[in-house]
Amino acid sequence: MNNLVEIRDLRVAFDGVPVLHGIDLAIAPGEALGLVGESGCGKSVTWLAALGLLPSKARVSGKVHLGDTDLSAAPRSKLETVRGGRMAMIFQDPSSAMNPVLKVGKQLCEALRLHRGLTGRAAKDEALRLLDMVGIPDAKGRFGLYPHEFSGGQCQRLMIAMALAGEPDLLIADEPTTALDATIQAQILDLLTQLRKDRDMAMVFISHDLGAVAQVCERVCVMYAGRIVEQGSVKTMFNRPRHPYTRGLFDAIPRLHGPRTPLVPIPGTVPDPRKLPKGCAFAPRCFNAKPFCESQIPDLLPQRDERKLACAYPLKDSNPSARFQSEDERLMQ
Amino acid sequence: MSPVLEATGLVRIYEGRKGLLGKPAPVRAVDGVSLQVRPGETLGIVGESGSGKSTLGRMLLGIDPAQGGGVRFAGAALPALATPQWRALRARMQMVYQDPLAALDRRLPIAAQIREPLDIHRIGTPDARAARVEELFSAVGLRPDQAERYPHELSGGQRQRVVIARALATSPELLVCDEPVSALDVSIQAQVVNLLRELQADRRLSMVFISHDLKVVRNLCDRVAVMYLGRIVEQGEAHQLFAAPKHPYTQALISSVPEPGRGLDSRVILQGEPPDPARRPTGCAFHPRCSLATDICRAETPELKPASGHQLAACHHVPDARASRAA
Repeated sequence: MNNLVEIRDLRVAFDGVPVLHGIDLAIAPGEALGLVGESGCGKSVTWLAALGLLPSKARVSGKVHLGDTDLSAAPRSKLETVRGGRMAMIFQDPSSAMNPVLKVGKQLCEALRLHRGLTGRAAKDEALRLLDMVGIPDAKGRFGLYPHEFSGGQCQRLMIAMALAGEPDLLIADEPTTALDATIQAQILDLLTQLRKDRDMAMVFISHDLGAVAQVCERVCVMYAGRIVEQGSVKTMFNRPRHPYTRGLFDAIPRLHGPRTPLVPIPGTVPDPRKLPKGCAFAPRCFNAKPFCESQIPDLLPQRDERKLACAYPLKDSNPSARFQSEDERLMQ
Repeated sequence: MSPVLEATGLVRIYEGRKGLLGKPAPVRAVDGVSLQVRPGETLGIVGESGSGKSTLGRMLLGIDPAQGGGVRFAGAALPALATPQWRALRARMQMVYQDPLAALDRRLPIAAQIREPLDIHRIGTPDARAARVEELFSAVGLRPDQAERYPHELSGGQRQRVVIARALATSPELLVCDEPVSALDVSIQAQVVNLLRELQADRRLSMVFISHDLKVVRNLCDRVAVMYLGRIVEQGEAHQLFAAPKHPYTQALISSVPEPGRGLDSRVILQGEPPDPARRPTGCAFHPRCSLATDICRAETPELKPASGHQLAACHHVPDARASRAA
């Protein structure tokens, strides 16, 4: 099957400091991919770079293909038809992503005019349909309201409606639920899953919340310091993480069920991109590091179970999720 | 054992205004909250934004004056805000904020900031203060060579350690933490949560831990109070409350926490959003979103009453444990 999006050797540097060290990613049509990592690992930069949304001081190299189109070489005019059209993006803070002095209906119609050429009555009808679809109650009555008159959860729904205006093949959701309350977060995750199913749309879900990723994605990429360190299906990754960093992320999350034990933090902090270690970037924090790790950067290599892994000494039989598995078994019965 | 902190019927009303020229409408941010914190105990306060949990935290320290009800600390009523007595008392009750960068002075080295409470409250000789700062550095896991650093030179987790060290400087009996780990990455969050756990165990510190993160609360707290629109709707021992929540809101809240290994299908997804505190629904404030709501919920506000064991719930549809035992 042909991939919808292919990123090859994507590199980004800010002021001469490399922050992304060669990312290779492919997304199949209709697939949901989770991108996980801590702040500064490059998960958002990857997609901002792919869409040409980084400031001009950023130096970007590598290839980004959307179907047959090479986005990395495309002129601005071409990129503008793709952005919001075939690839749309929603952000963490929905209220700052909208124009505060324009009525929401007008903003939606603008997106419809740009990407689908709809005007007047047709645009308004389509806008109302979109608002309805993302679950804004009384869409007609609220068409003429301003963004500040909506709550955070409603604003995120508006953003999703706007992203859907161009009927995208790929929706990039950058921490879409991080700023929302727990019960609203559940609603938005539910909405995204439903929309993806209905429209057969591919999705990239960028988040630091492993739980949320597990619920909406089929495949996960874990990033650390500008590189992908482990990648595979949600099931293999969550049942048997093999990179010590992935494992560390799991162990650090407090549990909602089971015994109350001290958390297992990852010691130290994320390295400064200006002072990256010579070898594996995770080595200084890794409990499993050997002298080799301090001198050589491991490549991301395919493994037998269809996962990819960048670690010289991966964990053999890592099972952090004994606590999850008991949950799984309970559900299966 | 007598409680360190006792709040009875706390009320805080803000004068909200709809629009620039609209009529002022009172917003009851905290609406009749009573709670107790026993020595060495950690009480978690959870709720969504707008539930009044942060306002409550500030009221417990007397930073926000109560318009009804009162707070007693170590057996005596809390003195009025900004009086010398209140200032003196603040050495015994401290606060940790969510955003460490905003809570720290950017132009002061961190050692000086940790020392400041000792200077303000005139605790110990200058030499003893320096020794105390050193001791605090190691207690929260900062390196002595970081003493002359400025806040911007530290990572988020280290900054939060500075804020915690500063709060601990005067050896308080009570610590109120308002979302202390929400701004931190998971791996760092675990470091700070473990630090707080150690402090609990080593110093028998009483803590009020305000957070929207149920997983952290469960891990850290002995007892939990769940707030919805300014009121406590459920309260109980942490292990009991998380294992068997009684109030439909608590049930939905716990169910909405995404956990790996649990699909979307098994979750209770609430409809609607938390209502505007200025337009509080009649009766039980939760009834517009509640699947169990009946006529009585729309008409009468339920009282917090025993549900089982030490658990209290404010819901018409949770049977009163006292009544059922009598029957």
